[in-house]
Amino acid sequence: MVDIADRQEKAAVKEEAAERKPLPRWMITVASVAVLLIVWEIFGRRINPVFGSYPSAIAEAFWELVVTGQLWSALYESLRPFVIGYALAIVVGVPLGLFIGGFRAAEAALGLYITAGYAMPLVALVPLLILWLGLGFAVKVAVIFLMSLFPICINTWLGVTAVPKTLIEVGKSFVAPDTVILRRIILPATLPYIMAGIRLAVGRAVVGMVIAEFFTTISGLGAVIINSANNFDTATMFVPIIILMVMAIGLNWLIGFVERRVAPWQAEISGRDRE
Amino acid sequence: MGEVSFLDVSKRFTLRVDGEVHHVQALDRVSFTVKDGEIVALIGPSGCGKTTALRVAMGLDPSNGGRVMVDGREINGCGHDRGMVFQHAELLPWLSALQNVMFGLEMKGIRGTQLRETAEKYLHLVGLKDSQNRRPHQLSGGMKQRVGIARALAIDPKVLLMDEPFGALDAQTRETLQAELLDIHARTGKTILFVTHDLDEAVIIADRIVVMKDGRVQEIMTVPLKRPRPDLSLVRGMPEFAETRYKVWRALHDGASVH
Repeated sequence: MVDIADRQEKAAVKEEAAERKPLPRWMITVASVAVLLIVWEIFGRRINPVFGSYPSAIAEAFWELVVTGQLWSALYESLRPFVIGYALAIVVGVPLGLFIGGFRAAEAALGLYITAGYAMPLVALVPLLILWLGLGFAVKVAVIFLMSLFPICINTWLGVTAVPKTLIEVGKSFVAPDTVILRRIILPATLPYIMAGIRLAVGRAVVGMVIAEFFTTISGLGAVIINSANNFDTATMFVPIIILMVMAIGLNWLIGFVERRVAPWQAEISGRDRE
Repeated sequence: MGEVSFLDVSKRFTLRVDGEVHHVQALDRVSFTVKDGEIVALIGPSGCGKTTALRVAMGLDPSNGGRVMVDGREINGCGHDRGMVFQHAELLPWLSALQNVMFGLEMKGIRGTQLRETAEKYLHLVGLKDSQNRRPHQLSGGMKQRVGIARALAIDPKVLLMDEPFGALDAQTRETLQAELLDIHARTGKTILFVTHDLDEAVIIADRIVVMKDGRVQEIMTVPLKRPRPDLSLVRGMPEFAETRYKVWRALHDGASVH
């Protein structure tokens, strides 16, 4: 009897524990960021300001850049080529990937260049691109475009080759023309891969943007980094770096949002929609 | 009308295994006819060519010899005169049940209000009126295959080609769907060519059974059970059922038929 009563009690305790709700994800994230900032602040203050910085100093530098208007012009000079180069990479990369994946001859003729382009250190081409396109807007667009084109194209291509053969046969058995099979079966089946490519390309596009601005050092967030580093103004140097990080996280979230909109069945199948 | 004839149909595959080239004779001068309104089951061990025969009849694989005729006309690739039900339903995962059925209809050129009405009518026929807006992953295996059947039936083909459609389902669902298929057959009178490896299923569903082995037709048997067969549990208890089942079993096992 005692044993049974004891067990029941234990079971009741367990149930109670299970009912307690786990902390929401955002709370854990916020706590993590807060701890990082506090630790950074404490240890950052002990370091010579040339070699490092700390959150409050960076915030001060941020305010300075906002007040003088430097930040807005830098953001504008960076984001305009970023948006154009990145959008162009999607517009070119997705159809190109579909084309290469969809046709054997196209794969044999062009696949090699896409693989090579993905592996090639594009940074090495930037000086040449500057010779061709000058130091301004065009060269930034070109670098961002080239950096993000290849992951988008390769992922689309891989996505097409991963489409189950039987789904294509469904189209064939209902006498769907090739163009309809491409548009209504291959394209939607490839969408999750395309979105993954677009997501991967965000990081590469940000890197491309900064690299282009390092080389040109005339405008944009990259130029702010280089110029403040040259002046040993480390706190100011951190401002664009943090902005770029926040931007990359924001874009990643935005793409995830779009992905759930355009390919909801994918998240539902994998069970991620419950979060 | 809907009559399918296989006339000396042959199909050879070339396989490369560890650098060696193998030729597999999947179909070796296969001849048989499915008459209008009849259900014929193609049965045999895996690799006997039964699925290949179905794919050739659909036009998904070309044959290396012989002809497949539908109502006396030789087939040339896929056509709307044949409707295919795939082994694992193969619904498009981004479309709802209704949209999946509509897909086949659209490919046939049906537009406007008729498109939706026809799709709904066939979903109703397979008992899925209330689930028409669900996506495939929100449907059970049996429901998916019902959508697959509705999709193939909706284009009103002369012949329904079914490739082990209930093979992946649990025993109970399979029995339910077998009964429903017979019900649909009784109502629509469609000619059905049905591939299966399940002896019971072949005997219960078919009017005639084509036993295949090594790419050849080994034997064609008539099932001595009358139509309609509304109560399958009764059918299972009939001596004719057991006898036919045994005959097919013998034919599959040692090739010797019992007369």
